[in-house]
Amino acid sequence: MSNQAKYVFKGTPEQEQELLKVIDKYKNTEGALIPILHEAQEIYGYLPLEVQKIVSENANIPLAEIYGVVTFYAQFSLVPKGEYSIAVCLGTACYVKGSGNILEKIKEKLGIDVGECSEDGKFSLDATRCIGACGLAPVMTVNDEVYGRLEVKDVDKILEKYM
Amino acid sequence: MELYRSHVLVCGGTGCTSSKSQLVMENMEKYIKEYNLDKEVKVVKTGCFGLCALGPVVVVYPEGAFYSMVTPEDTKEIVEEHLLKGRIVKRLLYSPTAEEDDIKSLNEVDFYKKQKRIALRNCGVINPEIIDEYIAFDGYKALGKVLTEMTPEQVVNEIKESGLRGRGGGGFPTGLKWDFTAKAVGDQKYVACNADEGDPGAFMDRSILEGDPHSVIEAMAIAAYAVGANQGYIYIRAEYPIAVKRLQIAIGQAREYGLLGKNIFGTDFCFDIDIRLGAGAFVCGEETALMTSIEGHRGEPRPRPPFPAVKGLFAKPTLLNNVETYANIPVIINNGAKWFAEIGTEKSKGTKVFALGGKIVNTGLVEIPMGTTLREIVEEIGGGIPNGKKFKAAQTGGPSGGCIPASLIDTPIDYDSLISIGAMMGSGGLIVMDETTCMVDIAKFFLEFTVDESCGKCAPCRIGTRRMLEILEKITSGKGEMEDIEKLKKLANGIKASALCGLGQTAPNPVLSTLRYFEDEYIAHVVDKKCPAGVCKDLLQYKINPELCKGCSLCARNCPVQAISGQVKSPFTIDPEKCIKCGVCASSCKFNAISKQ
Repeated sequence: MSNQAKYVFKGTPEQEQELLKVIDKYKNTEGALIPILHEAQEIYGYLPLEVQKIVSENANIPLAEIYGVVTFYAQFSLVPKGEYSIAVCLGTACYVKGSGNILEKIKEKLGIDVGECSEDGKFSLDATRCIGACGLAPVMTVNDEVYGRLEVKDVDKILEKYM
Repeated sequence: MELYRSHVLVCGGTGCTSSKSQLVMENMEKYIKEYNLDKEVKVVKTGCFGLCALGPVVVVYPEGAFYSMVTPEDTKEIVEEHLLKGRIVKRLLYSPTAEEDDIKSLNEVDFYKKQKRIALRNCGVINPEIIDEYIAFDGYKALGKVLTEMTPEQVVNEIKESGLRGRGGGGFPTGLKWDFTAKAVGDQKYVACNADEGDPGAFMDRSILEGDPHSVIEAMAIAAYAVGANQGYIYIRAEYPIAVKRLQIAIGQAREYGLLGKNIFGTDFCFDIDIRLGAGAFVCGEETALMTSIEGHRGEPRPRPPFPAVKGLFAKPTLLNNVETYANIPVIINNGAKWFAEIGTEKSKGTKVFALGGKIVNTGLVEIPMGTTLREIVEEIGGGIPNGKKFKAAQTGGPSGGCIPASLIDTPIDYDSLISIGAMMGSGGLIVMDETTCMVDIAKFFLEFTVDESCGKCAPCRIGTRRMLEILEKITSGKGEMEDIEKLKKLANGIKASALCGLGQTAPNPVLSTLRYFEDEYIAHVVDKKCPAGVCKDLLQYKINPELCKGCSLCARNCPVQAISGQVKSPFTIDPEKCIKCGVCASSCKFNAISKQ
């Protein structure tokens, strides 16, 4: 929890309206919680307790259950993502080609750990499972940009582009 | 219909998209328009060709010129030379297809020669976003045949006779599964497709959905008719945005054509499909967990029995198959069970798609008849190990699987042979490892994965795998004792016997299988405190050979922690206390004077 306290919730009434529409759209669908959370995360960028409460009150699902689902699935995040969301693939193909070293280098360079966001909100770092670009292993992504056939020494140059 | 003299096929799979194939396609279209060729030449975005290592891939027909590693800048040359002047751009040809004055057919190239593409039949051939192209390649013909000429029992029997087994890893006979669901009593039944491809290093299902989504939709409709269902669900990873988008397009088009919805082909049969996105939980690939997740809960598995065929989704009888299994169905119906049963081995029929990755030249997607040996896959199709290194082992089945050591490279790839040597078919990840891969480290890697992905419902998996990981961490950091190896084996067998679901029961496999074939490597870590492959950092030391060192100071300047010191023009030394073993010095040294020991 202390980790989340760092981030102040900045949701707007417009975002809330959008979320209410989503909840309404799914009101007759069986098992709709996960699709609702997917769309909620698209609206807010992450799923803080404030957002979970809106879902709970309007979809009539206990908050505890929602929190349970949000924390179960890796895709749902309780903390916001950075302006540049960096992901290093730790799938098997990338791992045997040294993506672990790439990840270490990025951690050292940005001073953040996996699952964290830098204080200025610029970078967040994730270790992902296979993104399916095994032919380019080892691979990292910055937002939608894919960087492949990496070596540790490439990291500096790539990150500098976004600094 | 418009006719074109040339077709330019650009791969739109994830591998090639990652290396900018979208831009290649846009540039191609731009230059084609600039030269007023847009009435004569058509650009087609297709699914995966398989040779992901050489992406982006562009193929120009009718010549069949296979261009590899095409950059957006290369497109102008292809348009000017090939499309305008009819001269093939030799420098961009995939080299094994380039001959003196001609190009060799793809089927004669080592990578494709031994492959047989059934599940991947349309990948790299049609535009997956246009239903007419699928129909032109016999698409929905099998559904028509089934609905108008066959009874549900006949369909189930046809699948039974084909000998098709589940391609998700377990290898359960598909026809039997259909039979159980068909015979289950219930007013409402479901069919579901498992597209939650979680094995890190496997991407066959994604490629099928990206390259040929209609084949899965058609097969699900056939299955629904056979078992008596009217609603289908595809559970797909949210990490596969391209596949999700193409599925949505395909389902929309199928509805528009009346191939999904009410009274399909004018019969009483009604069927529709919904997509449900996963949210990043490996355990949801397990069938009962997948259903719990579709129902909107934490994806925790349930004990079996009752099996899904009796009590599945929303407590109704449910048929669940994986993507690749479904992709085989329309072909079996069109060509007959007998045709399919002639491919493969006695107990494993048909083909299997593998995602070939790791230390191999041709990383990518391959589809081989069952019974092909690992040697054929690695040496012929895969093109061997790069950088002159030696083959050490191949890992199949991901976090649930095991490894096949070099001594067993002639093992035929089929369900039963793999089980007998302690590996498994798995969903199709095949990772090749060379002498620089540490098998203890790989076992640790997979356990980290399962510890991370354990849902926590049962204790053997939640606690047991963590204890195993702690022991492995102890061993790789040089603090292991011989009794740790015995403890590992005991824990592994205990977890296998007592965990609730497939994830837990198979989680110890990577450890057991590396212990079976590479116990000496574990012993080297424990007794000699050495990592023979030079991977485990705590057991490594970088040293400068004073005889080779010229004192150029390059290593010292590159060292990120200033651990290297010395006088210019005399040998430098590394301070082992400061060294973080990143290896930058060794890779920067121009005289090969730095080695790890």
